[in-house]
Amino acid sequence: MSKGLSSLNPGSVSICLCGQAGQGIQTVEHLLTRILKIAGFNVFATKEYMSRIRGGMNSTSIRISSRPVRAAVSTIDVLVPLNKGALRHVERNVSARTIILADKEMIGEDIDETRHRFVNVPFTGTAVEIGDKIFSNVVAVGTLAGLFGVELPAAGKYIEKFFSGKSSDIVQKNLAALKKGFAFGAELVESSKINFAIAIDAGVEDQVLLDGAEAVALGAIAGGCNFIASYPMSPSTGVLAFLARHAKTFDIVAEQAEDEIAAVNMALGAWYAGARAMVTTSGGGFALMIEGVSLAGMLESPMVIHLGQRPGPATGLPTRTEQADLELALYAGHGEFPRIIFAPGTIQDAFCLTQRAFNLADKYQVPVFILTDQYLIDSYYNSDAPDMTKFKIEKHINRTKKDYKRYELTKSGVSPRGVPGLGDGLVVVDSDEHDAEGHITEDLDLRIKMVDKRLKKGESLKKENIPPELSGAKNYKNLVVCWGSTRNIVEEAVQKLGRDDVALLHFKQVYPLPEEAAGYLQKAEKTIIVENNAASQFAKLIKLYTGIGIDRKILKYNGLSFFVEELTEKLKEALN
Amino acid sequence: MDTKVFDMNDIDIAWCPGCGNYPILKTLKRALAELQIQPTDLALVSGIGQAAKAPHYFRTNVFNGLHGRALPAATAIKAVNPALTVIAESGDGDMYGEGGNHFIHAIRRNPNITNIVHNNMVYGLTKGQASPTSQRGFVTPVQVRGVFNEPFNPLAVAIALDASFVARAFAVDIEQTTDILKKAIEHKGYALVDIFQPCVTFNRLNTVQWFKEHTYYLEDHDPSDRQKAFEKATEIEKLPLGVFYKSPQKPTFEENVGIHEEKQNPLYEREHDKKVLSDLIETFKVRL
Repeated sequence: MSKGLSSLNPGSVSICLCGQAGQGIQTVEHLLTRILKIAGFNVFATKEYMSRIRGGMNSTSIRISSRPVRAAVSTIDVLVPLNKGALRHVERNVSARTIILADKEMIGEDIDETRHRFVNVPFTGTAVEIGDKIFSNVVAVGTLAGLFGVELPAAGKYIEKFFSGKSSDIVQKNLAALKKGFAFGAELVESSKINFAIAIDAGVEDQVLLDGAEAVALGAIAGGCNFIASYPMSPSTGVLAFLARHAKTFDIVAEQAEDEIAAVNMALGAWYAGARAMVTTSGGGFALMIEGVSLAGMLESPMVIHLGQRPGPATGLPTRTEQADLELALYAGHGEFPRIIFAPGTIQDAFCLTQRAFNLADKYQVPVFILTDQYLIDSYYNSDAPDMTKFKIEKHINRTKKDYKRYELTKSGVSPRGVPGLGDGLVVVDSDEHDAEGHITEDLDLRIKMVDKRLKKGESLKKENIPPELSGAKNYKNLVVCWGSTRNIVEEAVQKLGRDDVALLHFKQVYPLPEEAAGYLQKAEKTIIVENNAASQFAKLIKLYTGIGIDRKILKYNGLSFFVEELTEKLKEALN
Repeated sequence: MDTKVFDMNDIDIAWCPGCGNYPILKTLKRALAELQIQPTDLALVSGIGQAAKAPHYFRTNVFNGLHGRALPAATAIKAVNPALTVIAESGDGDMYGEGGNHFIHAIRRNPNITNIVHNNMVYGLTKGQASPTSQRGFVTPVQVRGVFNEPFNPLAVAIALDASFVARAFAVDIEQTTDILKKAIEHKGYALVDIFQPCVTFNRLNTVQWFKEHTYYLEDHDPSDRQKAFEKATEIEKLPLGVFYKSPQKPTFEENVGIHEEKQNPLYEREHDKKVLSDLIETFKVRL
């Protein structure tokens, strides 16, 4: 290992930026990750923030690596505290080896040189020399870029691109800030104070850098989404904003509804008229949509629901993460009707499953959920671009004949779906129990047929189930089970264990529970589940559908995601 | 066009004999037939309640959704396929009570739809409780000391929100109501038609006779005069009928969503351009 500070995770460096909301951490994060990606490094970023517009304390963690990194870690190799209090906010993850790059003027007595490994970098002074302290963020970007030996001209080009909407004076000053900062970083490397020696990876160039919200939104477009109505709610709003931004290009109706009730009913109206609609929301907003979910069940309307989880009950921790709305999605809506619940584990999953959700919703005329969370939505890393040749928009609407009956009884339970104005038939849908034509009925024998028809679709759609994915030891004795966004964290922790008797089983479809689940679980001597909630909701679901109880549970519900290091320790304990 | 095209065969109508819903059903059929609107080009959207069952007695496209939620669904249907004539039809409890928030915001959006509200000032299907438009003092099994809340004034609210078309009718007056409905359907933009109707079972206060004595038709009224319209809407001694207000022309919701300017076809006929999507994804490679 080289002298000076090296990383605690070999081959990978973890940087933490911390400061007040509104101070520009997002800008530093954006610029740094893009500049590093352009330079050929693998990058991963995730953030935690407080529920306020200004002030408070927010932090972003960025990992830079020669190989793909896709999971949150708690270790901080380099900390950049941007103001007083920032260091204290992340103190618990600061070790004797953490190097703190900071402007002493800005953070003052927060530094304790007896404990902290501190390198003073005059971010503010430099920025003021350039013209305004506002440029201190770009000085910091430059310093960090300098540590990794990226090519300064390439970094400069990206800065120019990013600030292209501003005056040339602003662009020039930002370039000067970048250059000054870069010199500080390069000096730290030359003087051997810091030496990370991260190799670049040729594979990075052709990959995309997407966060969870962008992946869901792009997946929706790839699935033919042309209608979204939603009410803003953290952490789900990014999907609405993304589709609104691209509405004109793709002929999408994007509407901010007056409330979530209106949103879901608009989306149902849109499907009825022949659009492919979705809503995006979080727990509290979804709670308002629940009657609409039930209506989708009764109308046999397709529906796509992106539910970005955050900790509840009620308002809970609005900007934090949790996996505690699985049961909410599973049981949402009065009455009995089928549904599908996806839980993406990766950015690619978020894209592919959302794309698939539209096709399956349309094919089986059921609500399909994409269950993400703040962690997945707000995290991003470079990964393969979706292969567009693989995706097809499958439309399942029919031109109707004069004698068309919307709820004609069929073997599969799925009746051909017409839309008003397409053909000579009439399309009648009703939230009351209805006859084959769609008109209200209280014929109790017909009621049984209609219930059976709806439930039959739940059986038919099982042939589309996505089996869980096994990774790690093929001949495992211990099986670690997880679902949704924890996937990459658990995977890295299991790899860190380095054991040949441990495998990981990840579910990206949690309902209907794929039937392969039981076989995998039965093979294990010990099963361990990892969930970002307190009641182990997925273990309950597994027990319900397989009869198999999970032996050990590793649960976290303080509002943060798991971190690789803590999870590795917890897995070690559980395996003993 | 004959109103028969809208008739359903062999149906068991769930309304009480003498219900004010019957003449409304009849006048709406007449208005649509006179406007030559075909059943296949029409979508009737309703919520829940006795009035909300009206679309089931109509041979056309029907979306009978949730209590109070007809307007969001109707707004979306029109935005997806602007060629359809879309009518959202329900009772006073549905549109002004359960759906009150949507009523406000539908007016703000201004979709080119007609909003028909059967206003009998009482809840029928739940057996006689007060509705938002029930008059003060109206005694019910729940409002045992009589209604003491201020009655909801849908017309005044709509005019305050600069709704593009605001009218009130009386169900029993077939000719006048047909005429008002035709104007509302032909009007470009959101059109409210609040229709007074008797509830023969649960409202013994606001009977046909009462409505006859307490209403009059607007004459020499300029519907472009918003102040005057508001004044008329707040008259309570005698309740005016007719077209109260028409706002200056403004863009509809479908126009504002910005995707129907170059193309007029419904969304189900359009495809996303895969190449454009691939290009968008390409930008996330962050190349210089």
